[in-house]
Amino acid sequence: MAFITANWNPLGEAFYRKTELYEMCWNLRDGLRDSLVAAAPYGGPIALLREPHRRSPSSRPQLEIYSASGVSIASFPWKSGPVVQLGWTVSDELLCIQEDGSVLIYDLFGSFKRHFSMGQEVVQSQVLEAKVFHSPYGTGVAIVTGSSRLTLATNIDDLKLRRLPEVPGLQGKPSCWVVLTQDRQTKVLLSNGPELYILDSTSCTAVCPPGVSPQDGIVHMSVSFSYKYLALFTDTGHLWTGPSHLQDKMIEIDTKKKTTPKQMVWCRRPKSQQPSVVLMWDRLLLVAGVCSDTIQFPIEDPCVLVGELDGVRIISSTNQELLQEVPLVCQDIFKIASMAPGALLLEAHREYEKSSQKADEYLREIKEQSMLGEAVRQCVEAAGHEYDTNTQKSLLRAASFGKCFLTDFSPDQFVLTCRELRVLNAVRENGVGLPLTHTQFKQMTLQVLIDRLVYRQFYPLAIEICRYLKIPDYQGVSRVLKHWASCKVQQKDLSDEAIARAVCVKVGDSPGVSYSHIAAKAYECGRTELAIKLLDFEARSGEQVPLLLKMKRSQLALSKAVESGDTDLVYTVVSYLKNEMNRGDFFMTLRNQPVALSLYRQFCKLQEQDTLKDLYNQDDDHQELANYYVTASYREKRLESRLSLLQSAVDEYNKAKNEFAAKATEDEMRLLRFQRKLDDEKGAGLLGLSLQATMEALLALGLHKQAEQLYRDFRVPDKRYWWLKLKSLAEKEEWEELEKFSKSKKSPIGYLAFVDICMKCNNKYEAKKYVSKVTPEQKVKAHLAVSDLEGAADAAIERRNESEMGAVLSRCSTSDRLLIDRLNRARATAPKK
Amino acid sequence: MAHSARRDSPELPDFSLLKRLVRDQLIYLLEQLPGKKDLFIEADLMSPLDRIANVSTLKQHEVDKLYKVEYKPIISTSDQLCFLIRPRIQTVKWICDVANADKAAGKFRRYKIIFTPQKFYACEAVLEEQGLFGDVTTDEWAFYLLPLDDDIISLELPEFFRDNFLAGDQRWVRTAGSALHLLHSVYGPFSKLYGIGRCAKMAYESWREQVEEGETKPRQAEIGNVFLIDRDVDFVTPLCSQVVYEGLVDDIFRIKCGCVEFGPDVTSSDKSLKVMLNSQDKVFNEIRNEHFSNVFGFLSQKARNLQTAYDKRRGMDIKQMKTFVSEELKGLKHEHRLLSLHIGASESIMKKKTKQDFQELLKTEHSLLEGFEIRECISFIEEHINRQVSMIESLRLLCLLSITENGLLPKDFRSLKAQYLQSYGVDHLLTFANLRQLGLLVEQQPGETLTVMESKVGKLVNDKTAGKLTDAFSSLAKKSNFRALSRKLNLVPKSDEEYDLRVPRDMAYIFSGAYIPLSCKLIEQVLERDGWTGLEEVTRLLNGHEFAVTGANGADVKAKSDAQRVVLVMFLGGCTFSEISALRFLGRERGYKFIVVTTAITNSSRLIEALLDNHV
Repeated sequence: MAFITANWNPLGEAFYRKTELYEMCWNLRDGLRDSLVAAAPYGGPIALLREPHRRSPSSRPQLEIYSASGVSIASFPWKSGPVVQLGWTVSDELLCIQEDGSVLIYDLFGSFKRHFSMGQEVVQSQVLEAKVFHSPYGTGVAIVTGSSRLTLATNIDDLKLRRLPEVPGLQGKPSCWVVLTQDRQTKVLLSNGPELYILDSTSCTAVCPPGVSPQDGIVHMSVSFSYKYLALFTDTGHLWTGPSHLQDKMIEIDTKKKTTPKQMVWCRRPKSQQPSVVLMWDRLLLVAGVCSDTIQFPIEDPCVLVGELDGVRIISSTNQELLQEVPLVCQDIFKIASMAPGALLLEAHREYEKSSQKADEYLREIKEQSMLGEAVRQCVEAAGHEYDTNTQKSLLRAASFGKCFLTDFSPDQFVLTCRELRVLNAVRENGVGLPLTHTQFKQMTLQVLIDRLVYRQFYPLAIEICRYLKIPDYQGVSRVLKHWASCKVQQKDLSDEAIARAVCVKVGDSPGVSYSHIAAKAYECGRTELAIKLLDFEARSGEQVPLLLKMKRSQLALSKAVESGDTDLVYTVVSYLKNEMNRGDFFMTLRNQPVALSLYRQFCKLQEQDTLKDLYNQDDDHQELANYYVTASYREKRLESRLSLLQSAVDEYNKAKNEFAAKATEDEMRLLRFQRKLDDEKGAGLLGLSLQATMEALLALGLHKQAEQLYRDFRVPDKRYWWLKLKSLAEKEEWEELEKFSKSKKSPIGYLAFVDICMKCNNKYEAKKYVSKVTPEQKVKAHLAVSDLEGAADAAIERRNESEMGAVLSRCSTSDRLLIDRLNRARATAPKK
Repeated sequence: MAHSARRDSPELPDFSLLKRLVRDQLIYLLEQLPGKKDLFIEADLMSPLDRIANVSTLKQHEVDKLYKVEYKPIISTSDQLCFLIRPRIQTVKWICDVANADKAAGKFRRYKIIFTPQKFYACEAVLEEQGLFGDVTTDEWAFYLLPLDDDIISLELPEFFRDNFLAGDQRWVRTAGSALHLLHSVYGPFSKLYGIGRCAKMAYESWREQVEEGETKPRQAEIGNVFLIDRDVDFVTPLCSQVVYEGLVDDIFRIKCGCVEFGPDVTSSDKSLKVMLNSQDKVFNEIRNEHFSNVFGFLSQKARNLQTAYDKRRGMDIKQMKTFVSEELKGLKHEHRLLSLHIGASESIMKKKTKQDFQELLKTEHSLLEGFEIRECISFIEEHINRQVSMIESLRLLCLLSITENGLLPKDFRSLKAQYLQSYGVDHLLTFANLRQLGLLVEQQPGETLTVMESKVGKLVNDKTAGKLTDAFSSLAKKSNFRALSRKLNLVPKSDEEYDLRVPRDMAYIFSGAYIPLSCKLIEQVLERDGWTGLEEVTRLLNGHEFAVTGANGADVKAKSDAQRVVLVMFLGGCTFSEISALRFLGRERGYKFIVVTTAITNSSRLIEALLDNHV
């Protein structure tokens, strides 16, 4: 504890410290010499390709992947072409850029995922140098070809190759170059001897940063993690730093080193005003800041520098260190003789633990300045920045101690920091090997951290973290389980059953985990049977369908779609099947699925009438087929084709044993022929009318004989015919004809109808003629209809019917005194019902 | 209504929120197509749309001209066309024709189709087939529910009935489920759901699925219970003539989307008038549920009251007169106007309905419901057909006969059908096929004649043995078992007692005391028993598919809050105004509030028309 500042090195106003992160677990025979090394930022994995240029096929170079702590993750011999550059994407995939311009992508465990090419012309001209860079758009790749041209792709997941303009006078590869992201544009800064150019997609502009002497050749350059600052190293040993837009200069230092540094990396913490650059030569590490001072560290082994958001990681074959600027709050607390409130609080707590009354003095001092809140905050914040768990503990204890003396102090920050530190400490463990600082963790977010753990298959840890930080299942545990299951289905040594069971047990019905997604993964790995087993667990049948179709289990897909109750889905499957199967099979399939069948029928009714016919044919559904013909006949204009369609309908109705319909259709054909004949002869315009309408029309035209013929031929019921004729004659006011008709035989509809219809035509005279013929039951009604009250009364009294008398009475007006009396008298004697 | 409501009956939820939600969504969709555009609206969406957003609202969002979809070439000059349609293949095909015609003429336009309430894959498939998938953008307007009144919500999907029950096309089931989900998420959570019918069950399952997918926030429920019922559970009720005022107005003038057009004979002027019929109309609100025979009495009483209110003027001083004019007169005038309108309508109804034939028609219907003098009924129907009184009415009577009698005797079946075909043309063969498929008009199977026999015997023997007999026979056939149901549930009150229509005793008053609607009786029974226990026999006669489930959060069930007495009844395939009146009556009696959600308001004509297949 006391020596916490022992490894601090002052540089200008700031301090720099080197903290050991790991003793590397790996055992490298030749150290890092002669190897191509790529280490991902944010404590990412390390890839190592030993002797990449050894070309003899007998001994292939070995590609090794390690975690940041040096735990071996994968190792395999490199069988493809010579590699120029290795790099990591933001989602922990390894990019291997080959000389011929093709880029191979491997996952963390060394299995090949895909590849792409940086352009055809590169195959000829070869890649001289390549760089992998990260921007808000994702991971990008830039190359310099043998013909001195630059090509870059801003995002490898959405590959668009951009060939940059030619650089004047450039032969072979440039002295040095970097990729910049500025104003949402990706540019390249490139030096060719003393000349400096900026290349964007359309132009190549020569630039001259202020303060760089134009004679000096620039031999090395480096851009900061945030693309804000640029460092240039000249062949005269000068280091120039400035903002990356090259308008200003920050500082120029003479390093007095004439050799080009092996690596040059920015070391800067966000918001700090003290940016500095770390340069590495064979045996020396040099930190240069804004003042003219430098810090120098000797190094023994070849090292690799990894630029981080808030520092530089130094990886050597034996250990790994983090070089960073000491955060301001840590400086405040730990600086020797610091009087900052945090420092005092830490001291107070230390005294308190020793049971010394000095604790009270210190506390009073802070409280007098009313800085206790600030002191707690400082301690909490500093704890976050410390790597050593003991320091973290003492700072947090001090904070907790200080908190006791505050009344309304929100504990949120304290609690959150405790939790996050616990998570960070867990992932920093050797076995996991994610040396994240708190600043980096905040920047990358918890979601990404969980993703990273998942990529490395640390599923239990990821789940523990999710549970510990109480992340909603949807974003936390479920997501991890989804990855786990997708990975599980790829395990080739387990049987389908075992995997399905294991997945089901673990995943259960966690919200947001889709079994169909897992099944899709299984299918991708060629395990169709497993996929089907997994799909069975999927509760939403709708989700199962697309995959089943993909796996060509169309029958199953159809029944699942029907089960889902989503007709859109059913229809999707139906239209898929329609294209996929031959007609017969397709219809047979539909036959077993009534829902799908009726859906398809509906569609055919509107879109493909002929298919409908085939469909019924296939099913031997004669009834429907006949109905189809009837429908079709109405669309036909020509009588002949109409008749032939109707004939088909008759045949089908007969086959369906629907004699009634067959007979009706035959009648219709007969009627049509009859109508046609009359239309031709008399121009009556009958075609298409119903039988009744035809007879009506005939009677209206005075064609009584023909009407009579229809009446007989079609066995029209007497009643109907009488009603019809009655109506028609009355309408035409052919009263004589009507009378004759009434006498032709006994009316099947009675004679009240005659009375009514005459009255309707306002012919009381004619109406009266029929009153006498009316049956006794209807006599009263008939008399009333012609407003013959006397007659009605007589009839009612004769029938001794009380209710009828009442009906007559209700029609009587006061003037009919006599009648009323008579009725009342009769009513009194009428038998009570 | 002479009957006053129970004082503790709960408040209805406010459904205007639903309107606001869809209006905002529509505006959002319109703004997705910036700039001036012409809007083509499907004919049957015009009235519903009008209730959501009027023309000026549309114009505010850069709709230039409005057209009705008429399946003809268009004359619009705008370079942006927006189509607001139901997801129907036919309409999409027409839009394809329009777009292809423009292409052929070298005209470039932007097209956007807004499907409501949702899009179907089949429609998009048509676009794809016609090679227009890229040229036409599509969107969905989730306009599921249109509140027609305080207690009526309609999906405005008349085709639901035919598509679902006749064609067996279940595409709208999900729509119904979504509509229920919408109500659940705004007014739920529901604590108890009951239902009967295949479609009801599927709609319930679709809803369940959607609830499980989304997150539910615990909130105060406004609707406690839900009852889902398929139209095909009860075909008898919608096939009867309506005699309650609102139902009669619908039967005669056809209420469309809560709005009716009264012709010159009603308005006693030379213009026809569109009137909104809902609870805002004070006069209508008081007579809508009344049996028609009471309406005149009520209206004249109202007229007298109005006169007294007017008469108050006499003997007023200037100051009183001033307040009278400023405060009361306007209201009185308004009421006066409404009153004269409804009197006009009643007169017009009287003219049509008090005629001899209507009385006889009602008598026939009642005989059918009660099951006596069937032969007389058949000859009445026969005459009805022969005299070509009305194509639809005749079919309606035939269906009613078939359902109540469990099918027609083969002889009658043939002769009635033949006569019908002679009257209205042979194309009705297809209509008959449809009716048969739905079980509305069927032939008695040999052996079933016994049921008819038994029903006659039932009058003689005691009810218990008859019931047993019926059960034995009905298990043979799965068709309508109306008689047995009627006896089980006491649907037909004893006819020897006088029924005072002014003081209704039960829900039968909506059919002049002749019949309690089966659908409403089921709802009453299930709510009373809190489930289907004790109704096993009934559900068996109705072909099952009944369910009763407790909602997601079981804790709420115990809380006897007001929401428990708000019951949402969802009719899949439409419901009639008479049924709504009956439920309102039931609500008043038992202290419930019913909210009726229906796929569309229906009546006998609409029901039959949906099943026609003649090609006129």
